[in-house]
Formats: sequence, C-alpha cells, structure tokens
Amino acid sequence: MKAPAFAYRRPDELAEALSLLADDGAQVLAGGQSLIASLNMRLSAPALLVDINRIGALRGIEDRADGIRIGALVRHVDVLHSPVIARQVPLLAMALPHVAHMAVRNRGTTCGSLALADPSAEMPALAVTLNAKIVLEKQGARRTVAARDFFQGLYQTDRQDDEMITEVIFPRAADDEVFGFAELARRHGDFATVGIAVRARRSGDTLENLDVVIFGSEATPLLSPATSALRIAADATAPMLADMAEAITATMEPMENHQGRADTKRKQAAVLLRRTFRDMQSRAFAGKGNGHD
Amino acid sequence: MTANLKTGASLPRRTAARLVAGKGRYTDDIQVAGLLHVAFVRSSYPHARLKRIETRAAADMPGVVAVLTGNDLAKVCAPWQTQLALLPSHLSPPQMPMAQGEACWQGEAIVAVVATSRALAEDATESVEIEWEELPVVADVQAAALADAPVVHSAMTSNLGLDHTVSTGDAEAAFRQAAVTVEHTFSFDRQTGVTLEPRTILAEFDPRLQQLTIHHSHQVPHQMRDIFAAQLKLPLSNVRVVAPDVGGAFGLKLAAYPDEMAVATIAVLLERPVKFCADRLEAFVSDNHAREAKVHGRMAVDADGRLTAMDVSVVSGFGAYSAYPRGSVGEALQAVHMVAAPYKMAHLRGRVRGYFQNKPPSGVLRAVGQPIATTVTEQLLDLAARRLSLDPAELRRRNYVDTATATARSAGGIVLAELSLERCHDRLLQLMDYATLRQQQRMHRDKGIYRGIGLAAFIEQTAVGPTLYGAQNVRASAQETCRLTLEADGAIRCATSITDQGQGTSTALAQIVADALGVDIETVEIATGDTQLTPFGGGAWASRGTALGGEAALRAARKLKESVLGIAGALLQTEPDLLKIEDGRIYNTASPLPQMSLADIATTAYFKAHLVALTELPALEITESFAPRDLPYVAANGIQAAHVEVDVELGTIRVLDFWVVDDCGRVINPLLVDEQIRGGVVQGIGAALYEQCIYGADGQLENGSLVDYLVPMASEMPDIHVAHVQTPTSATTLGARGVGEAGTVGAAAAIWTAVNDALTPFGVVLSEQPFTPERVLDALAARKD
Repeated sequence: MKAPAFAYRRPDELAEALSLLADDGAQVLAGGQSLIASLNMRLSAPALLVDINRIGALRGIEDRADGIRIGALVRHVDVLHSPVIARQVPLLAMALPHVAHMAVRNRGTTCGSLALADPSAEMPALAVTLNAKIVLEKQGARRTVAARDFFQGLYQTDRQDDEMITEVIFPRAADDEVFGFAELARRHGDFATVGIAVRARRSGDTLENLDVVIFGSEATPLLSPATSALRIAADATAPMLADMAEAITATMEPMENHQGRADTKRKQAAVLLRRTFRDMQSRAFAGKGNGHD
Repeated sequence: MTANLKTGASLPRRTAARLVAGKGRYTDDIQVAGLLHVAFVRSSYPHARLKRIETRAAADMPGVVAVLTGNDLAKVCAPWQTQLALLPSHLSPPQMPMAQGEACWQGEAIVAVVATSRALAEDATESVEIEWEELPVVADVQAAALADAPVVHSAMTSNLGLDHTVSTGDAEAAFRQAAVTVEHTFSFDRQTGVTLEPRTILAEFDPRLQQLTIHHSHQVPHQMRDIFAAQLKLPLSNVRVVAPDVGGAFGLKLAAYPDEMAVATIAVLLERPVKFCADRLEAFVSDNHAREAKVHGRMAVDADGRLTAMDVSVVSGFGAYSAYPRGSVGEALQAVHMVAAPYKMAHLRGRVRGYFQNKPPSGVLRAVGQPIATTVTEQLLDLAARRLSLDPAELRRRNYVDTATATARSAGGIVLAELSLERCHDRLLQLMDYATLRQQQRMHRDKGIYRGIGLAAFIEQTAVGPTLYGAQNVRASAQETCRLTLEADGAIRCATSITDQGQGTSTALAQIVADALGVDIETVEIATGDTQLTPFGGGAWASRGTALGGEAALRAARKLKESVLGIAGALLQTEPDLLKIEDGRIYNTASPLPQMSLADIATTAYFKAHLVALTELPALEITESFAPRDLPYVAANGIQAAHVEVDVELGTIRVLDFWVVDDCGRVINPLLVDEQIRGGVVQGIGAALYEQCIYGADGQLENGSLVDYLVPMASEMPDIHVAHVQTPTSATTLGARGVGEAGTVGAAAAIWTAVNDALTPFGVVLSEQPFTPERVLDALAARKD
C-alpha cells in the first residue's frame, strides 16, 4: 500500500495552482482524506499533486451578500463549529455530525467532498438540497454551476480536469424555512447506506415547497421529482406522512451492494423520510398540537 | 508482607503509556542497515494453474534486487504438511512458501519482489506477468460438500477434512421422551482477526555464522524458531526469533504463514536482511480466517424445564490448507464438544464435518469454536423457555451443572472443576436488575419499542495443557517457564516464556513476583518474546499468560526468596525462618529495622562470596516451569447479558447495555482482567452484528478493506459492566484461571438471545450472523407474509 511515484507542488498563490492544473494528470490535494487512500491503494495515479493548503485565498467561511461562502480549504470541522453556518445554513449544521469521524473531519474539506462526488457523502446531497452555487476556476476562467446541475453520475461531475472548485456558496436560510436530515449508517460516521435531506417552507399551518434529496443509495443525490404537490399539514397523521414518503421513494433507483438490495434501501428511505417529516412537523408547529396517529 | 500487596491491585498496564504515546517498537520500526523489502504478487484467482511466470521485466525495474518464485524458494525451504496424529483424515497437501504450479485461494503469494523500498517493490509487482489457467472453484462450504464438487487442490481426492462424531448417552431416546423439542439453524459468516498491527516479519541471515535472526509480530516465538530451523535445515541454536511490541494478535498470529516463511527463506537465499509488512488489503486475503460454520441444533427439555439432550450437526469451512502447525479443526471440534458445557445434560449427539475450500486457510481466532457452541446452546435454551412459558433466566438456573465434584464432565466431554455458575448467575441478575428490565421491556413493547434481554452462560477453556497438541504430535509447547534473576544491583529480572500482545500479562507477572519476593514492583523487570533471552515455553495461546506463566513465576519467586533468605541468614547469623523481605529489604521478624537490602545480598553473593558461611551458595537465578498435566485445561466460567433495542423498521440494532460476571479464579489485576473481558465482548459483538468476510460464489473476497469489513467501533459499543466471582483453581498454587477469551466466548450468544428476545412479538428468530439490517428486515418480512 505505497502510492506510485508522483510529482508534488505546493504553490502559495491560486494563479500558480491553476496554471499547474492545466497540465495533464495534475490533481488537487486539499484534505486528502479520499485521495491519499486511493493513491496508496493504487486506484489512481496522478502525475502531479497540487497541494493547495498554503493558498490563503481559499480559506474561510464568509457571510456575503450572495450567500454563505465556503472556501476550498474549509475543513468539515470548521463548518461544524461555525456560528455563521449554525445560524445561516442550519441544514449543514444538522448534517455535519454525521460526516465521518473527528480525524477525517479535521482534514477533509467541503469543496473536496463536492469534487469527489462520492455517492454516499453528505456534502453533495446538501448542496443539491439547498441548490448551492459551485464556483469552478481554471487558468483565466471562472464559472459558477448550480449544484443541481453539477453531479452527473457516480464520481462524475461537471468539473473539467483543469478546473478547481475554489468555493461553494450556500443560500442563507429564510425565517420560514424548516430543514430535516437523517441517514442510516451501520456505524456512526460510516458512509450512509441511505440518507435524506429535506427543505420546506412554512406557510400558515402547512409545510410546502418541499425539496427532498435522497443520497447514499443513488449514484448521485436524487432530488425527488415527486414533491411539488406534497404538503405537510400541522395535523398530518403518521399514515399520511408514510404515504408521502412512499410516493417519494418510488422514484428511487438504489444501487445494490453489500449494504442492501434496492427494495431494502427504498424501505429504509421511506422510514427515514416519514420520521423526518414528523420531526419537522413537530419543530415547525411546536405548541400547536400535532396531528394524531 | 500484608502491606502494599500488588496482587489484586488494579495497576495500569506497564507498556500502556509508552504505546499510546506512539513510542512502541514494533517489527516495522526496527532499523537495519541494507534492509530490503518484499512485496508479493498474489493470486487474483481462487483456483488457477500457473502456466508461466515471467519475471524479467520486473527484475529490471529500479531498485529491484530479486524477483523470486515458489520454485526458487524450494531450493532452500522444505515443504511442510499439517498432520494431526489423532485425526488422520485432516490432511492438506504439502505447502510451500509460495504457490508452485497451482494457486488455491485468492491472495495466495505467487511471486516475491525484493527491492530497496516497499514502494519500488510494489511498482515492480505490476510488471510480473503470469499466465493463468482458471480451475473450478469451491467457495461455499456446502458446495464443497457435494459429491460431485471439484477438489480444492489437484493433489486432493476429496474436500472432506474432518468427519467426527460425539455420542454420549442415548440422545435418540431422550428426544422421543422430551416434553418439548426445539430446533434452529445457525449460520456464522467468516471473520478474521483484524489486528491493528498487521503481520510483519524481518529476517536477517548472517552467512558467516549461519545465524538466522527473525523479528516477528507473533505470539509464539519458540514455536516459530522450531519451524524456521526445521524448514530451512538449520540447527535450532542457529535461529533466534524475537517478538518485539506486537499490536494485537487474537490467535491470528499463532500460525506459520507461507508468506512469512518466504521472507525467512529469501533472507537465507540472498544473505541480505529482508522485511515484509502486510498491508491491510493483503491482510484480508492472507491472514487466517475463522468461524465459517453452518449448524443445525436440536434440544430436548422435560416438562420441568430440565435439559435432557442436544443433537448438533456442524459444517465448518477450513479454507485451502490446514493452518500450520496447529491445524484448522479447533473451531469445528469446539463447536460440537462445547455445547451445553455449563449445563447438566445426559445425552448428546453431535457430528461435525469440515471441508476445504478455495479461500484463505482458517485458523485460530480468540475463543476458537466456543462462541459457536455457546450461541447454539443459549439460543435453543431461549426457544425452549418460550415453549414452556418459563423465564429464560429461570430455565438456566434450573440446569447449571453441579460442580462440587472436581472432575465432572459435560456431555461433550468438557472437564468441569470448581465452577461457580449459580453464583455468577445470581450476581448477574442483581447487577443488571433483571426483574426491572423485564418490566420495562413490556412497557416499551406497548409503545412500539422492541427491546430484548439476552443471557449467555459459558465455560471457557483456559490454561490449556499438553494433552491438546501433544497428543496430536504437534510441536506447540504447553509448558510455561520463568527464569528469575537477582541482579547485581538488587533488582529482579524475570524472563518468561509468556508473550504479551497487549493483554498486560507482563504487568500481572511483575505483581506476582513483587509480592512473592517482597520487593518494590518497580524493581521487577520483565523480559519476553526473545528465544535467545527468554526460557522455552508456549507463549500466548489459550488464555494461559497469567494462569500458567504466573504460576511458573510464583514458583520461581518463592525459590529465589528461599535462596536470598538463606544467604541473609548466613550473613546475619540468624535462622532464615526468622527473616522476611519487605520492599526489597530484609528484616528480622523481631525488629522493625531493616537488616540489609537485596542489593547487599547481591553484592555479597556476586563479589564477596567468600564472606558467606555456607558450603553451597544458593542459586540467585532460578528457573521454574509449569504445565497442567492432571487436567487438560483449567475451565473458567461466567455469564453475560445484553440489552438491545431493535428498530424493526430500519433493521438496525443498538446495544444499550452489557454485563459480564466472570470467574477467572484469583484475580491478579482487576483492571487488566476487566479490559480483557471488555475487549473480548467487543469482538463478540462485532461477530454478531458487523464482521463478515463476504465471498461471492466465485471465491472472490468482496469486502477486503476496513471501509467494507466492519469492525465494532467505540460509538456503537455499550458500557460493559464487569463483576467477578473468584473461585481459585486448585490446579495451581496461584489459583488464577485464564480470562483472555471469556468475553468472546459468550458475547455473540448474548447478542443472539437479546435480539431474538426483542423480536419475540413478531415470532421471528434470526439465524444468520452477523445480523445486518437487511437480514433483520428480511426475517421480519418473511414472517409477516
């Protein structure tokens, strides 16, 4: 388990990093939590690693006019402990405790997780749920892609080889937004067998405009197409929530693997959804008296 | 001597702080000038003929010193073959360090690339070309048993490697007369030991002296010295094996692994120092596996809930070769012989068959087969309790074997002496507040929360003596030896045949020696794991460290004390009987003032012996050995309980709490004993809930990394409450029984009974370990349909 030989550069400036990335076979090294393991297992063999850890411009979580910016060097642990995130992007704060273990969170980065697009990772699903804006830069060019357009397949994204994700911008949560997150993992911190992230708006006595993303089981985060007509009323009963959950999971196309067959994952996703809807309902309408089962 | 006794005190493990601080010195840390590194090309096929091996391109790669095949090594290393004298049918073909002609499991070493760094060696492995001819694969153990199954190795005529029966009493009649008969099938998936430090070996050969020195991450250096010498045709005295710090072993590091034999052979062949450290990927396909078994069990119980008979049929998977030198039968035999060991039961019928398969060899893993027997017994007891509408605890209480007689035997022939099953049981129910838990369970069920309480009483074979391997003609020593030396500065050096892979045995031995001699424990140095410096003996296997190594240390300490007091008596012109040693000083019982120190004794004896008025100077270096020869082993016993919650919608299982009451005889160090039990329990929970080597029907391992092979981790582990009942064994003067495997013997069984107790309202009994969420959901769905 020794990596094949590769060249290594550690530029101080973004421009230099982007120019290095223009070469064939160059790859960004940020947190390295997936990359180093895949190198050591000889699953990938880049010619050049461009270590971006010295580039100051890529650091920092910022509360900006266009949203909450997370730079390419922001670690999961920074997001977990950020008061800005807790206040402005509460869904991220809800999900972060599920992201790997402390040692991985200390090194792994938000943008690195987006770039890798591991189907079991939380970050891509959260970015899709909130439709974050992913900023890609290469030598002489910069573009922004909506997260919902970014993930194309298993470990496949819209990013070109010479591009780096320099930041991701999450929209600020509105006062009437309610979020939910849950995942099933055999052990805490493992990649999820199946997970869900939900965003909804409270309008009077209902939660509506639901965005539901299912991940882990799918090749890419699945933004459910079946939610436009769905609402969670303050008095919705458990069977009603279960029906909603089943309508949503019917559109899943789960991958079959040792974590389970497709039908098992669909069943589990429906349970997670129903429970999360219940949880969101009780948080949104606290004190109003929930529906009866 | 009553003040400051160390025996019974919870002293922390001596090496703990150093190891946790990253200051361990493992085999991989040892620096040697001119060291070469080995990377193996391993078979990617579970069964294939090696038609052609082309190594030239690899040999030309940068840093490569040699590229060697099985044929190259055969010039230096003799083949070996596992043979068990009492089980002549357990025979696998002769083995070589690397495959010759035929690869029989995915992961078997084929070619060794020797280079100046491991990275360069790995680079060159990619240039080795092998032409394979795929052969039929036997992976599944039941497929191996079919009459027309292909053979695992072309030198074999059948895959059957064991067909053994047990018959005690008249089980047939007992089943006919039973008030209640229950039965169930059990499946145990393959597991492996997953040591934190992988298998590692560093071999140096000095051609001038014909001296082979091996540093080895291993449990039994004396056994390995014997094997290296035999296979490489060197005099025993020319081989030295050193086990430095070892990061976990669990029985996995008891075997002579072919790839490790290859490294020793390469050192001799090249006359250069070479090292091999298995990486995690190759550990999964080359470490010994364990536990793979299918069991059908039946149990007969009378109307009063008295267990009368069991009938057990076991099919066990051996892998491609029988592990050397101890064989691969232990798991299978224990699975049958250990059933119902804690219970009065007159009738047993058992049959066990073991089959070779195109998978890595199976071998020893902590508790060897005992978890299987315990699981089968305990789960069937619970099913019987259900049929009789009896509380499962009450059913057990009615059936414990009466161990007042010191030579009782279970129906499976297990020797039971001086046990405390009832006391452990009563203590456990009190510790866990069993009655309250049962009450709460009913209340939770009404709210749709499914909790289960599971019990597992167990017998643990510890301190195994020479009858096990000696009778099989296997050269695995069961004797443990201690050499105690009074150093010239008054300190004590204790060289023991016992080895320590994290158990803390060294600390326990220091406690025993300090108390027996009356010296400060800090002055007792323990030396282990070096065949040149430590006396001959078994090492670490079958929970023997403190029980047997401690006994040898105690006997040596008592003799050394006699010697010291003899010399002191002569110098002080006092009867030795009137002298005592406390804190390293010699006192006359009549006076509170110390007369002299151990350093004074050493100085006098070693430098001024003419001053000692004795004709013979008593020896100040004492060697004592011990092996239990009257008993095959010292049985220990205990009971465990698990409290679990099953999420019947997601299929997930949470272990809420866990309790163990164990009787390992006299407890030398409660902290270490509790740690051993907790670690063992965690491995048992891992077996029941997480661990499985997943093989496809094509014999390919599908989860060979720690991402996919799940080991139990801290977040999921419950508090494990441990209490003790102490019944010292009369087999030794020390009175300690072993404890290293206790947790693992019973923990999986407690999880089985707890989870199935939780699922009682659904009429579901799980039958496949580990209990994955999908298996739980499938079982629930099957019953509902």
